[in-house]
Amino acid sequence: MSQARFVRLAEKDRPAIHLTIDGIRVRAMQGDTLMIAMLTTGGTLRQSEFTDGKRAGFCLMGACQDCWVWTESGHRLRACSTLAEDGMSVTTSQPGASWANHG
Amino acid sequence: MGQPRVIIVGAGPAGVRAAETIVAAGLTPIVIDEGQRAGGQIYRRQPENFRRPYKDLYGTDSDRAKAVHDGFDALRDHIDYRAETLVWNIADGHVWTASGTAQDALAYDALILCTGATDRLMPMAGWDLPGTYSMGGAQVALKAQAVSIGSQVVFLGTGPLLYLVASQYIKAGAKVAAVLDTSRFTARITALPDLLSLPSVLWNGIMLTRAIKAVGVPLLTGVTPVAISGDAQTGVTGVTVRLSDGSDRHFAADAVAMGYHLRPETQLADLARCSFAFDELTRQYLPVRDPDGRAEAPTPLYLAGDGARVLGARSAEASGRLAALAALSDLGMPVDQGAMIMLRREVGRYGRFARGLAKAFPWPHQQAAALADDTILCRCECVTVGDVRRTMDVTGAAEANRAKAFSRVGMGRCQGRYCGHAAAEVIAAHGDFPVADAGRLRGQAPVKPLPIAIGEAE
Repeated sequence: MSQARFVRLAEKDRPAIHLTIDGIRVRAMQGDTLMIAMLTTGGTLRQSEFTDGKRAGFCLMGACQDCWVWTESGHRLRACSTLAEDGMSVTTSQPGASWANHG
Repeated sequence: MGQPRVIIVGAGPAGVRAAETIVAAGLTPIVIDEGQRAGGQIYRRQPENFRRPYKDLYGTDSDRAKAVHDGFDALRDHIDYRAETLVWNIADGHVWTASGTAQDALAYDALILCTGATDRLMPMAGWDLPGTYSMGGAQVALKAQAVSIGSQVVFLGTGPLLYLVASQYIKAGAKVAAVLDTSRFTARITALPDLLSLPSVLWNGIMLTRAIKAVGVPLLTGVTPVAISGDAQTGVTGVTVRLSDGSDRHFAADAVAMGYHLRPETQLADLARCSFAFDELTRQYLPVRDPDGRAEAPTPLYLAGDGARVLGARSAEASGRLAALAALSDLGMPVDQGAMIMLRREVGRYGRFARGLAKAFPWPHQQAAALADDTILCRCECVTVGDVRRTMDVTGAAEANRAKAFSRVGMGRCQGRYCGHAAAEVIAAHGDFPVADAGRLRGQAPVKPLPIAIGEAE
């Protein structure tokens, strides 16, 4: 997993929760959005469908749709507006998607 | 006959004050909010288990933020509040909502749209790299979640948010690599007569600039963005800008917050068939409404707050109240005419200040003509500036919706929110005609993606 992108500046004494991201267990905090949980433990959120690059969100207010991740059953979540919950398991690439990226 | 149904979309400063006004008249409005907690974006609330005081979150606006939040909390039992609910269409006299997988269609006697604003963006090389965020997004990260978007952040763009968010980051202990403004300092002097219409707000702005300089963070004006450098897998490594003397300067950074002031979220007004007119000063199409917020539309539609014009949070409170009074008056209910006169005056003053801001921090439209062909214009689908220029050359498409149909620019999942204005500038510059002639992207339902499993509400 790449280096954490976001830096916690305050509110660091909240109870811990644990999530699984691409099969790896990570520690986050109660009250984190999924995006914060993922980007304080890793560098990106998903693979772009249109290039070989990664994405890490953009607007944080539900307007750009750049922060989509998926549950293991394929349900789409907008990471910036989804509360992270203990025991949650997400993937950073769409389950079942098999198209080739150009670029 | 039951009481008239008033629907308010949005629960930021405009929506909350509109709701308050409707409740004071004895009605029970439906308030539809995409957020989990009322407050909107500028007064966005932190989660309930966070402990930072108002002063830390909202600075000089903390009393106003608290008043809006308290105002909403007092209303809570007197309104039909629908949190985490998206309005995805307005058609046939109904507001179409989705919450989770449930949907609903609500008829209305008056519809007050308080849809707020999002960042106005001009593309640059590398703005698709992980670690690039909108200015508003960078602020939400700090305010709502107590994080910095990186360990070394460059703030690039123009407008009051550039200085506000950078100074909030500094105050919160984040490392700010540079604050880079595309506007020239002299523009602020030209804008001074308008900016003096709200001296205390102007003073707050000057103090922010001073606070940034005081801690030794480089603050440059009149820059031209060159590129965000980095790696497609691991993200941003720095930002290069051209200074006014023609030399290039590079700042190492792992995150960039960028934005060129704000643009109103007008898709719902468009779907409600409101007329639009081109605004020369800010170079964009805006919904047509009278000074009270009454829209030029086939159904009783009212527009308030930054979703109608970007006039700021203080103005949003006043225009929210005013639009609600206009709606009540049109429903045949008695309203305080004196209050309406005062509110019109107040909104007029904010309008003058906003004109000053538009002059001091202009949308850098001239950058569009200079963008390299391989610069990504649409972040969603990686449509390049060159793709749009070639589309124009090949198909003759010389208007935003035609260019969208042929090149997919503005057709991605953000629906042109972040590329639409820049695409219009690219089209106008390439075709060598005024940007007003490039038109505007029409709003399309659903205004945001819906889950496929959506069904009727119980």
